[in-house]
Amino acid sequence: MTKEELKYKLGEISREAAFDETGEFLNVIIPSPELLPLIKPLRLNKEFYFDYLFCITCVDWKDYLSMVYHLTSTLHRHTCVVQATITDVHCPQIESVSGIWKTAELNENEIYDLFGVTFLNHPNLRRLFLGDQWKGYPLRKDYTDEHMILL
Amino acid sequence: MQMTRKPSDITTDAKSGEVLHHEGEFIINMGPQHPATHGVLHLKIWLEGETIKKIEPHLGYIHRGIEKMCERLSYRQFIFSTSRMDYLSAHINNQACALAVEKALGLEVPPRAKAIRIILAELTRIASHELWWACSGLDLGGVTPFFYAFREREAINDIMEETCGARLTQNFIVPGGVMSDLHHNFQKRVKRVLTQIKDNLHEYDEILTGNIIFQNRLKEVGYLSREDAISYGCTGPAARGSGLSCDIRKLYPYDGYEKLDFDEIIFNEGDCWARYRVRMAEILQSVHIIEQLIDSIPDGEFQAKTKNVIKLPKGQFYQRVETARGELGVFIVSDGAATPYRCKFRSPNFSNLSAIPQMAQGAKIGDLVAIMATVDLVIPDIDR
Amino acid sequence: MKKGKEENKIVFPGQLHESPEGGMLVTKLDEIVNWARSNSLWPLIFGTSCCAIEMMHAAGAKYDWSRFGFEVARATPRQADLIIVAGTIVMKMAPVLKRLYDQMPDPKYVIAMGACTISGGPFFYNTYSVVKGVDHIIPVDVYIPGCPPRPEALLHGMIALQEKIKHQPVFRKNKKEIHHDERRIKI
Ligand code: SF4
Repeated sequence: MTKEELKYKLGEISREAAFDETGEFLNVIIPSPELLPLIKPLRLNKEFYFDYLFCITCVDWKDYLSMVYHLTSTLHRHTCVVQATITDVHCPQIESVSGIWKTAELNENEIYDLFGVTFLNHPNLRRLFLGDQWKGYPLRKDYTDEHMILL
Repeated sequence: MQMTRKPSDITTDAKSGEVLHHEGEFIINMGPQHPATHGVLHLKIWLEGETIKKIEPHLGYIHRGIEKMCERLSYRQFIFSTSRMDYLSAHINNQACALAVEKALGLEVPPRAKAIRIILAELTRIASHELWWACSGLDLGGVTPFFYAFREREAINDIMEETCGARLTQNFIVPGGVMSDLHHNFQKRVKRVLTQIKDNLHEYDEILTGNIIFQNRLKEVGYLSREDAISYGCTGPAARGSGLSCDIRKLYPYDGYEKLDFDEIIFNEGDCWARYRVRMAEILQSVHIIEQLIDSIPDGEFQAKTKNVIKLPKGQFYQRVETARGELGVFIVSDGAATPYRCKFRSPNFSNLSAIPQMAQGAKIGDLVAIMATVDLVIPDIDR
Repeated sequence: MKKGKEENKIVFPGQLHESPEGGMLVTKLDEIVNWARSNSLWPLIFGTSCCAIEMMHAAGAKYDWSRFGFEVARATPRQADLIIVAGTIVMKMAPVLKRLYDQMPDPKYVIAMGACTISGGPFFYNTYSVVKGVDHIIPVDVYIPGCPPRPEALLHGMIALQEKIKHQPVFRKNKKEIHHDERRIKI
């Protein structure tokens, strides 16, 4: 599917979706509670069939966090990016997608570790890299550490 | 054989009633210091007898915070920190970052630089596969392959040193091209190495591929179906052994791979033996790619003109390349400053690692080493 | 020991006195013990990242560290007496490295290979998890700079370590090293 078709079809599924077409891929920006209702049909519908989640990450924009999901389809070879905005920076929460793509399980652990985003319904949420004793979430912009020498 | 359990064999937590331990079940920690994990991977393994029931990877023993570091490095500097991620594909990692910056700037790379990049990238791929071959030999109990493979690796390293100035972490690529021009002996040397590799590859087959013990340890071990490979986001030879076409060089060509003739190697069996054969065949494909280019490196500039301080326009940029282990994605979020606002590396090893528990389900503990050997993990790339 | 050109010829420390029945060797116990120790260092296979690849190259046929008696690389610390710290050490790895070191039998030696193990190297600034030099965790005998050091540099470092061992007191009491010494005599 081309960008336009994707945009049209996605607009039908989610009313609140905003679109950003400036980049290489089609960006779909939605609020975080809308994530599962949008992303499930993306995976299951035969016409989208986004079965390959190749990159999942988080960006800290200081007053909100945004989860970025890069999806592609091994059948149709089209790509789209879903960005879910989490407004609550102090206690960020979002639904886990590890039931849909198994690769998300470890990746979400990583994001929980480095950004402090809690994933609801995640089978085994733990701090993957730094361990439970570590204080703070290093990839947040407001992270400070007295041992870190800044240049 | 299924064990039947009496209630007295099960230890439960007094408060929550959660099952803590079954009689006859072991929990083994493999790593962080273990020769077969190729670094500092830590796997927690639940065993019943010798059969693996569950694996939980524990990471972070080499988590260096490269992503955080990149937020304070300029677009010229951050390229070099990535050669320490997957150090066996150092050159290709650099290429990915440079391509991402070039894509954002809309910079056209001169054809000569493109050709140089591809030749060195394919040499890196060969060297990396050779190290993998040596290590899988070591892991499965043969020391001799190590010496054979390192003979060719040394030859490639010599070229790298002569061209880039370093053996392992080359740092030869800059945004807009490569750092310096080729020396006049380059073509001669590369051709000599290619002949050496082609002449010696039959020794590899004689010593390991044809070995019946080796084959039996790999065949029908560590099965991964195509659906699982997709769901786990596997890439590279690990996924191509399961019949998933995922070669970025074919699907999303960069730096002129679209003009070259080569095959994407795919096997459908999904076991360790398939993954082994994918890599062995890829060595020959890489040789074939270099042979097409080496006599026709275009003349001209080796570097496009760039500003001293590179500033990317606002936006998000994603660039993927095919490293020796699969798809490396560089995701840059820029806010218009001279440093990335956020930089994420989608590492091939991370997703391949997440498939290992699936592959090892129900296998014997000895097979786990074979599985890890054929998936070919580089741990610093997982942890970043 | 004789100095100069002839130094290379001497394989065994001491002076040989010819006598009709064969020969008589006059030497110091210290020298003999050190000679034996320095020529049979067994390294632990310990590599965390990039530098480990260059360590493997040093084991390969071209550089061949078995020329100097290092080829018996052990996977368990209980059989090793040299630990080559090849690669970055991060906070989570530090206790593991300390335990590995403690598990090794005395006498034991440490080589810090690469800029990362000397000072944090490329990861000195702006990172939150890297230990800035392994000497914060375990004592280091030889430092080898480079990122990564060439295999020759590693060999040089190892030979330097051998030299160091040859001049260490074993049975002589050195006031500064009394503590060190007592532990050694027990073994
Ligand atoms: S010194 Fe350089 S090559 Fe060695 S581990 Fe550190 S980054 Fe890697």
